[in-house]
Amino acid sequence: MSPPKSNFDFDIAVVGAGPAGLAAAALAASKGASVVLLDEQVEPGGQIYRAVTETPVRDRKVLGPDYWHGAELLGPLRDSGAVHWSGTTVWSVARPREDAPDGSRPIQIGLSRNGAASMLTVRHVILATGALERPFPIPGWTLPGVLGAGAAQVLLKTSGLVPSGATVMAGSGPLLWLLAWQYLQAGARIDAILDTTPKQNWRAALPMLPGFLRSPYLGKGMKLMLDVRRKLTVIGNVTALRAEGGLAGGGTLKSVVYTRNGTEHRLPADTLLLHQGVIPNLNLANATGCAQRWDEQQRCWRPTTDEWGATSVEGVSLAGDGAGIGGARAAEEAGRLAALDALHRLGRIGREQRDQSAAPVRAALDRALTGRAFLDTLYTPAEAFRVPADDTIVCRCEEITAGAVREAVRLGCSGPNQAKSFLRCGMGPCQGRLCGPTVTEVIAAERNVSPAEVGYYRLRPPVKPITLAELAALPKTDADIDAVFKH
Amino acid sequence: MTATASPKPDVIVIGGGLHGCSAALHLSMRGVRVLVLEKDHVARHASGVNAGGVRQLGRHVAEVPLTVASMALWHGIRDLVDDDCGFESHGQIKVAETEAELETVRARVAELGALGFTHEEVIGQDELRSLVPAIADHCVGALVSRGDGAAIPFRTTFAFRRKAIALGARFQEGGTVTRLARQGGMWTVETADGNRFEAPVVVNAAGAWADRIAAQVGEPVPLEVIAPMLMITARVAPFIKPVVGATGRTLSFKQFPNGTVLIGGGLLGRAVRDENRTELDFSQVSVNARTVWDLFPCMRGATIVRSWAGIEARMPDQIPVIGPSGTEPDLYHSFGFSAHGFQLGPIVGRITADLITAGSTDLPIAPFRIGRFAA
Ligand SMILES: Cc1cc2nc3c(=O)[nH]c(=O)nc-3n(C[C@H](O)[C@H](O)[C@H](O)COP(=O)(O)OP(=O)(O)OC[C@H]3O[C@@H](n4cnc5c(N)ncnc54)[C@H](O)[C@@H]3O)c2cc1C
Ligand SMILES: Cc1cc2nc3c(=O)[nH]c(=O)nc-3n(C[C@H](O)[C@H](O)[C@H](O)COP(=O)(O)OP(=O)(O)OC[C@H]3O[C@@H](n4cnc5c(N)ncnc54)[C@H](O)[C@@H]3O)c2cc1C
Repeated sequence: MSPPKSNFDFDIAVVGAGPAGLAAAALAASKGASVVLLDEQVEPGGQIYRAVTETPVRDRKVLGPDYWHGAELLGPLRDSGAVHWSGTTVWSVARPREDAPDGSRPIQIGLSRNGAASMLTVRHVILATGALERPFPIPGWTLPGVLGAGAAQVLLKTSGLVPSGATVMAGSGPLLWLLAWQYLQAGARIDAILDTTPKQNWRAALPMLPGFLRSPYLGKGMKLMLDVRRKLTVIGNVTALRAEGGLAGGGTLKSVVYTRNGTEHRLPADTLLLHQGVIPNLNLANATGCAQRWDEQQRCWRPTTDEWGATSVEGVSLAGDGAGIGGARAAEEAGRLAALDALHRLGRIGREQRDQSAAPVRAALDRALTGRAFLDTLYTPAEAFRVPADDTIVCRCEEITAGAVREAVRLGCSGPNQAKSFLRCGMGPCQGRLCGPTVTEVIAAERNVSPAEVGYYRLRPPVKPITLAELAALPKTDADIDAVFKH
Repeated sequence: MTATASPKPDVIVIGGGLHGCSAALHLSMRGVRVLVLEKDHVARHASGVNAGGVRQLGRHVAEVPLTVASMALWHGIRDLVDDDCGFESHGQIKVAETEAELETVRARVAELGALGFTHEEVIGQDELRSLVPAIADHCVGALVSRGDGAAIPFRTTFAFRRKAIALGARFQEGGTVTRLARQGGMWTVETADGNRFEAPVVVNAAGAWADRIAAQVGEPVPLEVIAPMLMITARVAPFIKPVVGATGRTLSFKQFPNGTVLIGGGLLGRAVRDENRTELDFSQVSVNARTVWDLFPCMRGATIVRSWAGIEARMPDQIPVIGPSGTEPDLYHSFGFSAHGFQLGPIVGRITADLITAGSTDLPIAPFRIGRFAA
């Protein structure tokens, strides 16, 4: 292993300790590279295996066998010698500096840990930052009592918490069914599932069914859905949705209003869990300057990568759902591919060795991705839920409505960045995570061009908020760093 | 979209920043037909992303007559462009942290007074405290310019563009000017996407790329491309109205009506102008954060939610190039604003229009002639 020059100098940094990051860090370190694995969570596992070592939900039935696979990734990480800094938020990854005196082209990473900020120097970065729930902007989605299904699942995994009172789930996608199933196992109350999957998606997805029939997920998915359908009220073909509070224009959630076959219905609810799939969490890659493209099938932006996960920025690669949604098993294999390529780029393994080691990994990746196209097509959210009506808020931080975005387009705003300057949408603490995809689609629809043409926000570090105090105290020398930042 | 169908313009303006838009507006107000060529989109660069400071305070003496004239236009900005541009005038303050610094600002006021200008005043600790209650205890006084303020950059530049269009100007975005040639009293301007435009007069308002236009006409200038950085905090309760700077260090500090606080002040990242890209330098950003820590103790717990940098042109003497070309007739320059050109936007557009339509201007622009860099 090459001895790091200081505690802040590594060959490879892996950002994200989900399946992609865990596999990448373990493999890279096992081949002798000095590796640091950075994740803001206290425990490794990422979204899917969140809190896998710590969860209070000890009954294995509740979270299911896929969840417990996560534990199998931890041993190899421990044995590999990779350093894992948990509770560490990465807020900036800079491109390699062209002007370093020794020609080393180092990459600087800005991070916060234990309330102190510092800069880390590495030669390669693997971003494995995972997915985010796709925004689901409906009227009333900002009311207390309305939350993302993913956020609810986090509470279940980390704290064993389930909602109390009348609970309605709404949306579409595998994760919605998985959470419903997990809640059932946990004995939680669910009053109804409002399925917003558009009828016509079935027709579009049908040609891809043969691929899906070979998918490893088919059996599990079917069993899970049948289970849920047997035990819960599932209302299909929902075409419009609204959350209503107790007071005119506000209060906390009291009811969910939905339209089915042209008729409006109302359900009382204390909790509404919304979900319409996940999209890549690309903020860090975007802020680093990685090129990205519009994925028409998954209807989201995804960073452009080659078959190893390498991006347009030298020394920066991507693995897992952050590069495009493929699920946990695919993420794991993609992590291994990125690690092999990084080792090759750093001169630790030859091209042949890289390609040889990659062959079985690639085969496993292909298997894991089988059937993905079917799911992506079937669960493409309806236009009405991606491109909301005028009075729906799209940017929660700045309370900007879809109508305001359309008005800005009429004033000459041609893309999200101009809308940002005009309206401040996407300028709040979430940095566009919650409104970016919606703003892109609203502008595209209003201008009658493709989302690819209107583009996406140019994001800037810090991609996660940091305090002025942390920044003011940013250490300047290695000695300063070691003094404030013991590990 | 091609320009061939429309009548030939009288003037082609290269660059759709505030300076290009302002020149287009003032020319259009006089009935001149203008075409603005912009390689990206209007306000994409410095003019859309700057700190919005509308400041006469502390300017280079050569700029003082222009800044004062521009300020008069700012105070009537709605009459000029039919939009208030988010302009608010709560003054700008340059804090002195030591007696020595206070001495420097006193000398400054004396120097300006001798030239007949009275917009800057020295205030003591008590008045500083009443204008900026949150200022750190050690500050001893300040220089103020009460008529100064701040506006919203993107909105301002767009307002200039909208009004210019209303008066007949045309804007062509997404075409980089690559070649400039003059023959028989006519300029031919070519863009990278293969279009050609003709006009008798050209204005070079190409910001950080303006040296390339100048070089086309055999007029090289020592323009340096810089990337000033800014950062913004999450909302905090309103606590300050004026824009605050410092005497002994670089700072620009202001709170927006929505509670967010903008922090900047000349610290530089790296610009890669061929890619329209900047890289932030967090060791420098942290210097800025340290200054705020020292001057505004109430901000220590604030959260930084975003930072960015813009691409701007800086000249060796820190003042712009304004006026006719030294090598070619019917070519006018307006660039190199050295990180403080936003405030000058309204007046420099008028000066350029004066030069084009009347052959002269009533403001002293000799210090800004391009020939000053010739060996
Ligand atoms: C809320 C949610 C719940 C999900 N639940 C499931 C599930 O139960 N089952 C399933 O099959 N799929 C689930 N998915 C989909 C799923 O995330 C994956 O397919 C899988 O976890 C992807 O693995 P990954 O390694 O790419 O990313 P993830 O597992 O998401 O890991 C990414 C990690 O990066 C870290 N990270 C991100 N940004 C930073 C930063 N700036 N600094 C430091 N750390 C950072 C995060 O903390 C996270 O631990 C879920 C997705 C979401 C959004
Ligand atoms: C972060 C930051 C903060 C600042 N803060 C302040 C402040 O508080 N107060 C203040 O007064 N000033 C401030 N400034 C300075 C101010 O923003 C600039 O001086 C001013 O905006 C310059 O305007 P411009 O029109 O010359 O340049 P720009 O706005 O850069 O416009 C030039 C335009 O020309 C275009 N162009 C270039 N080459 C070509 C070509 N070949 N063909 C076609 N188009 C071309 C470019 O794309 C660009 O849009 C700040 C600057 C920055 C970057």
